[in-house]
Amino acid sequence: MTVSKNGISSQTSDRHTLSVLVSYNLNALSRIIGIFSGKGFHIDSISFGSEKESDLARITITTHGDEQIIEQITKQLHKIIDVVTVTDLTYERFVERELALIKVTATRSSRSEIMQIAQVFRAKVIDISPGKLSIEVTGNRDKINAFIGMLDPFGIDEISRTGSVALRREFEGSV
Amino acid sequence: MAQPKTEPAKQKNKNQATNTPNTAVLNGAEILINTLKDINVDTIFGYPGGAVLPIYDSLFDEHDINHVLIRHEQAGAHAADGYARATGKAGVVLVTSGPGGTNTVTGIATAAMDSIPMVVFTGQVPTNMIGNDAFQEADIVGITRPITKHNYLVKDVGNLEQVIREAFHVATSGRPGPVLVDLPKDMIKNEAHYSGLKKVSIPSYKPTREGHSSQVAKAAQMLSNAKKPLIYAGGGVILGEAWEELTAMAERLNIPVTTTLMGLGGFPESKSQSLGMLGMHGTYYANMATTECDVLLAAGARFDDRVTGRLDGFSPHSKKIHIDIDPSNIGKNVPVEVPIVGDVKNVLSAIDQQASKPDTTEWWNTIEDWKKNHPLNVPKPEGLIKPQHMIERISEVTNGEAIVVTDVGQHQMWAAQHYTFNHPRSFLSSGGLGTMGYGFPAAMGAAFGCPDRPIVCITGDGGFQMTAYELATAVEYEVPVKIAIMNNECLGMVRQWQELFYNKRYSHSILKKGNPDFVKLAESYGAVGYRASNNEEMDDILAKAMKINDRPVVMDFRVEPRENCYPMVPSGAALNEMVEGPKSE
Repeated sequence: MTVSKNGISSQTSDRHTLSVLVSYNLNALSRIIGIFSGKGFHIDSISFGSEKESDLARITITTHGDEQIIEQITKQLHKIIDVVTVTDLTYERFVERELALIKVTATRSSRSEIMQIAQVFRAKVIDISPGKLSIEVTGNRDKINAFIGMLDPFGIDEISRTGSVALRREFEGSV
Repeated sequence: MAQPKTEPAKQKNKNQATNTPNTAVLNGAEILINTLKDINVDTIFGYPGGAVLPIYDSLFDEHDINHVLIRHEQAGAHAADGYARATGKAGVVLVTSGPGGTNTVTGIATAAMDSIPMVVFTGQVPTNMIGNDAFQEADIVGITRPITKHNYLVKDVGNLEQVIREAFHVATSGRPGPVLVDLPKDMIKNEAHYSGLKKVSIPSYKPTREGHSSQVAKAAQMLSNAKKPLIYAGGGVILGEAWEELTAMAERLNIPVTTTLMGLGGFPESKSQSLGMLGMHGTYYANMATTECDVLLAAGARFDDRVTGRLDGFSPHSKKIHIDIDPSNIGKNVPVEVPIVGDVKNVLSAIDQQASKPDTTEWWNTIEDWKKNHPLNVPKPEGLIKPQHMIERISEVTNGEAIVVTDVGQHQMWAAQHYTFNHPRSFLSSGGLGTMGYGFPAAMGAAFGCPDRPIVCITGDGGFQMTAYELATAVEYEVPVKIAIMNNECLGMVRQWQELFYNKRYSHSILKKGNPDFVKLAESYGAVGYRASNNEEMDDILAKAMKINDRPVVMDFRVEPRENCYPMVPSGAALNEMVEGPKSE
């Protein structure tokens, strides 16, 4: 399950991606979110899913704030009894992906242009009707923001966008 | 929580083979009682109700555990808190579902803010009814999530024993705190295997106990080279039982020590190195030393706003060393040069081994000047009883040996200032949350934990009325708590702020008209009630009260109602901008 703020967020400079490994239960998840709501921190996106070991979950949180705030967030998360590790991936090399489903108005005259743009972004058309196209795109945040920016003039009806999922890179070279 | 992979049948065979005497199939209530006994719980503060009837049925024949029937669950939580602060053991609360649980919330939050080990067991509706708005159902795990260190909803009776053991381990280790265990009724009725295995291991929870050696060396170096060092000791010194290490180090290195409200008693105030308490109502010399020092060693303290005053004016010239077992306390409010995560007892002793005595002659001259010229102010003891004098008299009558438990407000600050604390676990007070109504039930809880020590609850006419109904419990169990009401017929601290900052507009802070006759109130419960309106009567009733040891005593001290508590650092001011108040000649 993933949830995210729709649309394009402006702050990028103090953006951090935290990877939290947690003993999986809903009470733990509530505690994690409670740290943010209770202490006035921000969640830009959060996604979670179970790990290879069945009773653990990996939660990826993107947040923003100055060094001191990020340090507090990390420490407060680590204080939760069920939390095994908290890694601030921002300080490491990591790969990060989001997925967005975008429903855009596509008339007979604009449809092919939209499909060309989708091709450039390696996005897939997943639903088509006389007046609409639904498109699936994955990539990092900037790519998805750029894609949304390109589709915007055609008239976007709905966006369903996941938060980031991220993993630390194992190799120094590109993957 | 993770489900341990146990196979009861297999384990049973194994236990038969090794002939483990504890092994048995029991219902959840019996598992609870057995496990509590196995971890040496001797006292439970509780109140029965529908959802916990199976537990109360098991308690009916139980002689090893003393169940104290409190009169309100909030007071039960405060009593368990007082028991924990006085003994160092986890306080235990047992209440029913719904309102039983919600009534404990203030007590749990109080314990959480002051890092007090406590385990609260709440009843819950049966698992198949959870979420149905059943009778006396409340999502107590959800409600208490932000105010507990950890909490559990037991969903499998096979896990119950493990959960209970984990709860006590979490509550008492690392930075202590309250843990709640929610027990659906079927979980205490169903049967499971009781193992008696003491081992608890939570892979995701391993508090750091030893300080990092290079950080310790840096701290020792800084202290050795300091010209104006100061130790600022907090509640962690008491919780971490580090008072001997602190005293040894401060005496050997001859470094002044100031304590927070929660740290009182962590360093003996009769020692020459003691500067008393710092902060909003701290001593002049403690606050000035904090402002002027060049090395500040914070030991088990968390730079609370009541301690620091305005942050940019807090100890502006010092390099700071901060010892705390909770990494999230470090750098939260004040940046520090040498953070040391670890158990304060271990870290202090490690620093003491490496540090050499700094040259503090000049520094002590300055401090002695401050002490001489700006002592704590006690108005002349004539006419009406002066609150400061009242505390001094209690300190003298008890030889500084009592466990002093306070409520919140003026009397609390005066008690902190004017009682001479020489022992740890002797000043119990709601510091972080500032809970009025805490004092009397917490004093009662402390009395169950330490029956051989004199217990004095110093309270106000406002705070006492919040939990005065516990006189019933104290009378029933013959608890000889001495309740000293500093009766100024108003909410003193609110009134003081209204006088100083709100043009003397005493909005809803005067209690005079509605106050009960506290003597009659005490007598109606079967307790002893005394009243004193002048110094002779005060000495007289104090002497009489100290001799009573089979009942609570309520002492109604009619004090000067317009007295204010000084020194005072006004909200938003720096520590050295404190107001000293009128001088007595």
